[in-house]
Amino acid sequence: MLHFSKLKIAGLALAVLAGLLFSLPNFLSPQTRQSMPDFLPSSALNLGLDLQGGSHLLLSVDVKEVQNERLDGLVADVRLALRGAGIGYTGLGRVANGVSVSLRDSSQINQAREVLEDLAQPVAALVFGGFNNAVDLDITQNGDSGFTLTLTEEAIIARNSRTLQQSIEIIRRRIDELGTTEPSIQRQGDTRILVQVPGLDDPQRLKALLGQTAKMNFHLVDQTGSPYEVMNGKRAPAGARLVFTDTEPGVPYLIRRRAMVSGERLVDASIGFDPQTNAPEVNFRFDSVGGKKFGEVTKANIGRPFAIVLDDKIISAPVIQSAILGGAGRITGNFTVQEANDLAILLRAGALPAPMDILEERTVGPGLGADSVAAGRIALIVGFVAVIGFMLLSYNLFGLFANVALIVNMVLIMAVLSGLQATLTLPGIAGIVLTVGMAVDANVLIFERIREELRANKTPITAIDVGYSRALGTILDANVTTLLAAIILFQLGSGPIRGFAVTLAIGIVTSVFTAFTLTRFFISLWVRAKGRPAQLPL
Amino acid sequence: MWTLKLIAADTKVNFIRYRLIAFALSAFLMVGSVAVFMGNGLNFGIDFKGGTLIEISSEAEIDIAQLRGQLTGLNVGEVQIQQFGTPTDALIRVSEDSQAVSAQGGLSAVESIRNELQDRFEIRRVEVVGPQVSGELIQTGILAVVAAIASMLIYIWFRFEWQFSVGAVLALVHDVVLTIGIFSLLQLDFNLSILAAILTIVGYSMNDTVVVYDRVRENLRKFKKMQLDDLLNVAINETLSRTVMTSVTTLIALTALYVFGGEVIRGFTFAMIWGVLVGTYSSVFIASPLLLYLGVKRDWSGNQKD
Repeated sequence: MLHFSKLKIAGLALAVLAGLLFSLPNFLSPQTRQSMPDFLPSSALNLGLDLQGGSHLLLSVDVKEVQNERLDGLVADVRLALRGAGIGYTGLGRVANGVSVSLRDSSQINQAREVLEDLAQPVAALVFGGFNNAVDLDITQNGDSGFTLTLTEEAIIARNSRTLQQSIEIIRRRIDELGTTEPSIQRQGDTRILVQVPGLDDPQRLKALLGQTAKMNFHLVDQTGSPYEVMNGKRAPAGARLVFTDTEPGVPYLIRRRAMVSGERLVDASIGFDPQTNAPEVNFRFDSVGGKKFGEVTKANIGRPFAIVLDDKIISAPVIQSAILGGAGRITGNFTVQEANDLAILLRAGALPAPMDILEERTVGPGLGADSVAAGRIALIVGFVAVIGFMLLSYNLFGLFANVALIVNMVLIMAVLSGLQATLTLPGIAGIVLTVGMAVDANVLIFERIREELRANKTPITAIDVGYSRALGTILDANVTTLLAAIILFQLGSGPIRGFAVTLAIGIVTSVFTAFTLTRFFISLWVRAKGRPAQLPL
Repeated sequence: MWTLKLIAADTKVNFIRYRLIAFALSAFLMVGSVAVFMGNGLNFGIDFKGGTLIEISSEAEIDIAQLRGQLTGLNVGEVQIQQFGTPTDALIRVSEDSQAVSAQGGLSAVESIRNELQDRFEIRRVEVVGPQVSGELIQTGILAVVAAIASMLIYIWFRFEWQFSVGAVLALVHDVVLTIGIFSLLQLDFNLSILAAILTIVGYSMNDTVVVYDRVRENLRKFKKMQLDDLLNVAINETLSRTVMTSVTTLIALTALYVFGGEVIRGFTFAMIWGVLVGTYSSVFIASPLLLYLGVKRDWSGNQKD
């Protein structure tokens, strides 16, 4: 056990050297790190949100909304298709998860089935490389003259997946507008998105930006009925519906259901200021199709009001003064500068395909983060010094060997964390401090075993040899259990807890490694230097 | 050459003789823990209960009573305020039912409180957990503890024999129950990090038990004719010095963390310290004597795996 081949020594030296290299960036200033040659590792520890400050938001995307939209559209499609084929129907409408329709004449049932089957779209059109040949509609017959159309499982999965991808894209665009560094936006499960934004000054603003669907449409105001009467229970005129302004209290308006121009036609938006009043406003521009449409509708409706509707609330309802040609316009709501700015961001980034809810928010201010780093550092230093002192008192020179191994251990943990760019969290620091206490365990097991062998009247060299080989099995068994716990923790945990599991696991591996290589190497050097020692400094 | 020896070289403590006292004590503590848990429940943090938590800090001492009056005026629901570590820090909790965690709703509790306090205090931390997430966290939490214990059971079963794995797992259950018991008794905040601590305790306690078991197995091969209770005693005594050394170094590190590591992880550190103490005790006084009753195999001659 005491013999080290040259190759092994070289390997050991290489491991320690690599550890030093990879942990080195943590002791350099960012400027020095920047100017280092490319072949040297230059990434420092990646601090978690709880240490550098920042916001963690777990969002849930309301995918049901998108399915409902598809089903609403389907009702209209079914109507058109059946009419087109000259098939009489009754009771066409939405049911819980689908659309149902009955035929007037049950002899047309086969013809109707064909017509309806044509409505189904292949699922592969929704996602590339998706389910081959699957279509998005299940058509089941009710009795001898009715059908129920429901979305297939594949269609729902594919649609949800696309909704999430689109949402992530739009969230990214919105957050990028905030100019923060390195936001992380990840899909979690089937309907969730995890957003992590480090070092943010104003978490409220982030939430405000993510909390809005930002679906903007332009509708003509319907002047054939009174919105107040509709509000009190009267039926709205055909093709119109009741919407309120975003003021408090909301003023009711009747608007045409059909949008004159959809917000999807917007290509740009920016903040501007009214030349007369200097009030903030939002300037926008349509694409050519939208611009042309907007021009036509405004030309035909001069003198009438129209409504700019954002997420089902009217933000502005101006009267059309003249035809708006050229495809550009401005929204003069009652904005503050920030509101106008944020609205411009939202319009530029585009609407979310579905509404989102914030399920979980964790925001840590930069002050607390810095305090946690400082506290963790002190705890680490104190724990480290105390354990080193204790080991020295207990095992003398061998204790010193173990301590050097412990120091190398710390370097290796830091190197692995920096190299893998794993996130260091506050519980992660706790994991390192805990490792300081537990890392000596492997050496303790070995040293105690050597002492036992000495008591059994073995020669020092035999005792060392036997001590190492006997302790090996125990050490492996004992550490596998802690490693198992760490792995399960990693699976379970979110952010900070994962950080703990990571440092704990790395610590276990490096401590076993150093005990069996480094400490042993020191001992073998010492034994060789002493010739045949009659006593061990243990 | 002088060295510090916490445990004398050749101890011959008859641990097995005290097993009934230890079993009685542990049974009492476990029953007590379950009783306290039934009566008091756990003081679940927002991770598991849902709700809002805000940590604030100020230059001057925070007048909790005055702050409470101020926040009650906001009508955000049931507000709990407590000092957090130092008199200049405070923790505000708003329970879930009064809090709609919807981005599109009106002004939520967090925003109202933030608006009210941000001029006079530094808002250091805000955590909002919705009911859906907290429910899932409870589920995954229970699952993780069960999975951890089950994986230990299987590992020990493979490496030793089923008798060992049963003994070890009973000791683990003992440690987990006692940790939950102390949190219930003292009504300490039970959050995700405490759950992480429990899982670490499971790992640590197992580590300790495995070291003793390993020696038991070795001695079973070495002393084929020795009475089992004597053999267990020998194994515990031989490993006693290591058991104590490792517990002490771990406790040293944890104490440093408890004292200097800051308020945020104090609960975690407390759980770990308690767990190391309980886990060390259970390895020696519960896991090992249990082998006496589980009937371990005496003839290991055909089994050479180490």
